[in-house]
Amino acid sequence: MHFSDGQVPVEYSQYIHRKIMLLVGVVGLLAVTLVVAVSMGVANISLNDVASSLLGGDVLRRVDIIIWNIRLPQALTAVVAGGGLAVSGAVMQSILRNPLGSPFTLGISHAAAFGAAFSVMVLDGGIMGSTTADAVTITNPYITTLCAFLFSLLAAGVVISVSRLRGATPEVMILTGVAMGALFTAGTMFLQFFADDVQLAAMVFWTFGDTARATWSSLGIISFVVVVITGYFIANSWNLNAIDAGDETAKSLGIRVERVRIVGMVLSSMVTALIISFLGIIGFIGLVVPHMVRRIIGSDHRFLLFASTVFGGVLLLVSDTMARLVLAPHLVPVSVLTAFMGAPVFLYLIVRGQGR
Amino acid sequence: MILSVSDIDFTYDNSPVLSDVDFQLANGELLAILGPNGVGKTTLLKCINAIHRPDSGVVMVEERDVLTMRPDEIALCVGYVAQKTETARLTVFDAILMGRKPHIRWKTSKQDLKIVDSAIQRLGLNALLMRYLDQLSGGELQKVAIARAMVQEPRLLLLDEPTSSLDLKSQIDILGMLRQVVSEHCIGAAMTMHDLNLALRYADKVLFLKDGAIHFIGSTDSVTSEVIEDVYGLPVSMHIVQGHPMVVPAA
Repeated sequence: MHFSDGQVPVEYSQYIHRKIMLLVGVVGLLAVTLVVAVSMGVANISLNDVASSLLGGDVLRRVDIIIWNIRLPQALTAVVAGGGLAVSGAVMQSILRNPLGSPFTLGISHAAAFGAAFSVMVLDGGIMGSTTADAVTITNPYITTLCAFLFSLLAAGVVISVSRLRGATPEVMILTGVAMGALFTAGTMFLQFFADDVQLAAMVFWTFGDTARATWSSLGIISFVVVVITGYFIANSWNLNAIDAGDETAKSLGIRVERVRIVGMVLSSMVTALIISFLGIIGFIGLVVPHMVRRIIGSDHRFLLFASTVFGGVLLLVSDTMARLVLAPHLVPVSVLTAFMGAPVFLYLIVRGQGR
Repeated sequence: MILSVSDIDFTYDNSPVLSDVDFQLANGELLAILGPNGVGKTTLLKCINAIHRPDSGVVMVEERDVLTMRPDEIALCVGYVAQKTETARLTVFDAILMGRKPHIRWKTSKQDLKIVDSAIQRLGLNALLMRYLDQLSGGELQKVAIARAMVQEPRLLLLDEPTSSLDLKSQIDILGMLRQVVSEHCIGAAMTMHDLNLALRYADKVLFLKDGAIHFIGSTDSVTSEVIEDVYGLPVSMHIVQGHPMVVPAA
């Protein structure tokens, strides 16, 4: 069978052009937000100075130090972490065929919290230092980060193993994830019950997501993983589109559905686990951003994944900036802001109905 | 032969669904697979497409053993229209473009877009081009699913109840179009259906399944009321109306 008498419809070309312009617009929004976010803080820096410093221009040394040593790493961390969490959420929602799909639904954040609590209590990981709570310091943040990461992967591993055993259906994955979440929550409560005051404070503090925890080196690690895995997801956009059309249709198009689902789970879990283990728990970005972006750009993964990544970065950056400013000089954990902002937006989206 | 199915057996949860299914389909032939509910019609299509792996037997499409081919290789020669299609929030054009997936390496080409447009014209979907799938009726969705399978440019087309949610005119349109595509492009097509009269009118061959085995296979004019009675357990009479056989349940 061969068809050859068609033309490329003008409406479709225009439609694709509009999508591309939207992507360009979101990237522009991110660039502007980044400059504005870096300029805002206790010490006010003009937008010109920020742009000049970022472009290698001549500004006061004090301004350069504030921008490059304090604000830029935090802002870039927010961008990269927001992007990673959002793209993971978008992929999870697709492969689980569930609008509530997110790495949090699968118990990954609960497992990370348990890992951090385990490190504080059992491995004497201690007490973490942060710009948000100097009174609480973790003596060995590397152990805490590593523990959080390993337990996150453990939770994801169990979900994936059970899925392989019973067939990688969305239902099996979500139900296993809920069970893992309950298990690790109980484990964290058990440790907290026996913790002393300082350990308890450290455990609770760790769960407050905070982009200020990142250093240039941890930012480098997170960025590398987020960029590589997002690139992989975007390259597999057609596979995810086909799975949206139903497993049988996807299989008939030559897609190994179970493999796409398992690999998608592994990679999105890994991205989330990495971000959470470095920064603590930051909720709602992975859940809300894909829904918001779908309203604007539609469900076509060729556009959705890239737009979610960039817009996730914008949203976490805005939240992070507000967290620094809203009760200045006190800092509010960014995870509180994302939930405060995300929940009403999510409710609005539910009331308005599904987007395009 | 475009399709050769030899001694297919398939069991599900230790219950036999198909046993010793064996038939051939020539190029340019449209086969209707008929039988009561739950007899294994859909399972047979899925075994031909290797979505299900038969316990034993061989499926050859154009002399190649489907069961030893990679899924992406199968998709290049076999198109499949599932009974149920999910309404993902894609435009009609993009949903059909998805059928080019087996041919797409990195990105869609202009040729892919032209092929999709051609299928859209053929199925009369022009007016729905930029509509989203969740705005379509069941019948329109069915046409989109058929167009998606057609743009795969398969040598064998498998359709699971392609007319189940279509109105009378759409049923006639779709089956007529299928009939034409099969002849014009000299491909093979096998479809499951329940409407005996439409099957007898549009198919070249009919295959009746009973208890998971082939009860009858032959040309449409060789079907007798006895065959139908045996398969469905219902007395029927057959008449010729405007040159086409028609099955009428006995009063």
